[in-house]
Amino acid sequence: MSTDATETTDAETAAETETETDATADSEVATDAKPEAPSPGEQRRQAKQERAADREAAADREAEDIAASADNTVHLRVFRYDPDVEGKTEPYFDDFHVPFTKGMTVLDALIWARDNYDPSLTFRHSCRQAICGSDALFVNGRQRLACKTQISDMSEPVMVEPLPHSEVEKDLVVDMEHFYDQMEAVEPYFQTNELPEDELEEQRQSRENRETIKMSTRCIWCSACMSSCNIAAGNNEYLGPAALNKAYRFAMDEREGEDMKQHRLEIIEEENGVWRCQTQFSCTEVCPKDIPLTEHIQALKREAVKHNLKFW
Amino acid sequence: MYEYDVIVVGAGGAGLRAAIAAQEAGADVAIVTKLHPVRSHTGAAEGGVNAALHPDDSVEDHAYETMKGSDYLADAPAVETFAENIPREVVQLERWGMAFSREEDGRISQRPFGGMAFPRTAYAGAETGHHLLHTMYEQVVKRGITVFDEWYVTKLVVTDEDDPADRTCHGAVAIDIATGEIAGFHARNGVILATGGAGQVFEHTTNAISNSADGMAMAYRAGVPLEDMEFIQFHPTTLPSTGVLITEGVRGEGGILYNAEGERFMFEHGYANNAGELASRDVVSRAELTEVNEGRGIEDEYVHLDMRHLGEERIIDRLENIVHLAEDFEGVDALEEPMPVKPGCHYTMGGIETDENGQTRVDGLYAAGECACVSMHGANRLGGNSLAELLVFGERAGRDAAGDEIEEPEIPTGWTDNAEEADFVPPVELGAAGVEPAAVADGGAMAASPVELVENAVESERAWVDQLLERDDGVNHAQIRARVQDTMGQHVNVFREEKGLEQAVRDVQEARKLYREVHVEDPSRTFNTDLIQALETRNVIDVAETIAVGALAREEFRGAHWREKHQRRKDDEWLKHTFVSWNDGEPQLWYRPVLLEGEMQNYEPKERSY
Repeated sequence: MSTDATETTDAETAAETETETDATADSEVATDAKPEAPSPGEQRRQAKQERAADREAAADREAEDIAASADNTVHLRVFRYDPDVEGKTEPYFDDFHVPFTKGMTVLDALIWARDNYDPSLTFRHSCRQAICGSDALFVNGRQRLACKTQISDMSEPVMVEPLPHSEVEKDLVVDMEHFYDQMEAVEPYFQTNELPEDELEEQRQSRENRETIKMSTRCIWCSACMSSCNIAAGNNEYLGPAALNKAYRFAMDEREGEDMKQHRLEIIEEENGVWRCQTQFSCTEVCPKDIPLTEHIQALKREAVKHNLKFW
Repeated sequence: MYEYDVIVVGAGGAGLRAAIAAQEAGADVAIVTKLHPVRSHTGAAEGGVNAALHPDDSVEDHAYETMKGSDYLADAPAVETFAENIPREVVQLERWGMAFSREEDGRISQRPFGGMAFPRTAYAGAETGHHLLHTMYEQVVKRGITVFDEWYVTKLVVTDEDDPADRTCHGAVAIDIATGEIAGFHARNGVILATGGAGQVFEHTTNAISNSADGMAMAYRAGVPLEDMEFIQFHPTTLPSTGVLITEGVRGEGGILYNAEGERFMFEHGYANNAGELASRDVVSRAELTEVNEGRGIEDEYVHLDMRHLGEERIIDRLENIVHLAEDFEGVDALEEPMPVKPGCHYTMGGIETDENGQTRVDGLYAAGECACVSMHGANRLGGNSLAELLVFGERAGRDAAGDEIEEPEIPTGWTDNAEEADFVPPVELGAAGVEPAAVADGGAMAASPVELVENAVESERAWVDQLLERDDGVNHAQIRARVQDTMGQHVNVFREEKGLEQAVRDVQEARKLYREVHVEDPSRTFNTDLIQALETRNVIDVAETIAVGALAREEFRGAHWREKHQRRKDDEWLKHTFVSWNDGEPQLWYRPVLLEGEMQNYEPKERSY
């Protein structure tokens, strides 16, 4: 994929930016330090870094030993970068040879590598059942949830990288703030004026309408779609597939009423809304929850056109 | 230092509900959570949320069946408060836009769940928790409530009077995971713990890797008793390789359990002649393991759960998520073949002792959701009652912490006149590893202002983290955690016997000794998950100990707690809650009678048959 080249550049840029801010961060951490010489704390930290490097080398040797002795290991090449640790401020790739077990996922392999070789290997994870959305990674050239990606389906070495087009915080962890901001920009909450008076009376929704919005409600905010979108990569203001899907979820919900639908369509019609989508389907392709994102964006475009026609 | 009226720790269902309620009651609220809210484990709940919504159903029945399900170890005032309030909460969710599955007339769909005689479980496909979590987070965004995401709370700021009943909580200390910065959070009114369950105490669990018992352990070390910790729910249908949950909804819709001989064992071997697969969870879990132990398991490990006969249309309509989970995590096409399932650790019925308003023994400290024990699940929780619990008691805790008018609680907390000390000799000296700075804030209540107390706590926490980071060499926390998980999985599981439980207590104590030498290898201050996990592991150890000790002491068979040599429920002796208190670094065990008298009815213990 052509995004590979962009990916490296992004990571490098991220590394540079992070390194620059590093000095400030450091001085904040060492608040007790006397200004002139490295504080005892700083010295201890340096010593610790050296020891960590030694241990890492030892772990590498151990990894090779295990790889040599185990019948069946899987070879991971993992992106590494840490603005805060000397020797890791330039991005590089680390090799891990993990004993393979049936059913092993990419996340399982990463956890094994971390727990047995290198505790500093950093990645997000939580539920490991494809619902928390925290472990979206770039695995063998594609955005995937590590927890639901079987190692046996991957060719080796399994390349594990952070999501492209996001700033890398450390190793496989990327800054999600921009993604969250875009999600919140579409007023992602139910707004209705048509509630029944009795507080125990439900506001009903037809089965058909629930069916219309069903797939859109499955989004787990993993950001895989945003990361795969070329338009979002080139235009930081574009709301992107996840946020537009969220807008769809509410705009198509019959319980919100016509006025609110109009308001929602106005939001998504703005300059960086639906009209930026070029129907490349890359979001739909990578969505781990199989949400037809591109279709939802197209549906919003149709609604927007209909909505405009009312006034012309 | 940050300052708010109410600080909510954790942003799953209970935390979000509490924050919304506190904000609506006029408080300035912040949520501090180690994950982003939408990553919380509430999102993994599948089956549904119980509420007597239907005109033919009744609140009284919901309360009664909850008491019966609990094996009469729940407190009636908690259960009745719960059953009364939950319909309004579910309708409230609906009004916040939650996309429930629908009946033909547009009402919320409800389905049958184990242990209940009415189809009372409202649901959204097989992903009810996901919808509930996202709907509530949307409301938090709408209200502009401040969220500190990826901030890990490590300690509560609590004054250090001798008697926990005299202590006050003034806030918390947290690490900004992204930068390693340690900061204080001063709560003018109260801190609400909503940190979820303790599944990571066990190796095979449906719980997220993040469910490391943080809130329970923090409250415990601050002097709040943990209640009924020996009651761990094992869910009968988890995937054998990963522990991923297959919802009870599968059985609710008509899914059937088979052994290796193709027998529908729930009936054919007489485990539950009436309810069959829909007997309550403890009954089904034991039945499955008995089949395996008697040689009728598949690959000596699991049984089959078959839903093929429901037909593709119904499966896709109501259980689609299950088809994906079976495919992704077990490689099984559930439309074509039965799913392999076995019991896995699922839920901590016990937790931080609270009253019906979420208030703990320590003034200004609240707990809600799975980390809390208001005592409505007793010895066994009914499926669909946990999402329901976090709504009702999250809301009440939020309101109470914000200073809103709320009814006086009927459930007492702490040591009461009718409490009794345990007659129990542990097989090994418990607790007291002395690895952490003082559990309660330095300086005491006399001299310092709340702000100074928070500052002191931040200082001592900085020193502790520095010490962990600077230690040259030692034991990796992953090894220690694995040791605890191994022994708990082996000895404190569905079937429990005395020798095994004693071994577990010894092993946990061994882990505690190892923990004195725990070290963090990663020297970085940026997103140091090595450090976070080292801190979590401490919590796993402390809570594992309370579970193992409580289980060893309780010599009867009740709900999820089965004992080899004690095959009966002993109401004369054991109709009482277990408490473990952390007193001067040593766990102490004591008991208090169960409250079986409610306002709606008295719940006379009966034999539990399904």
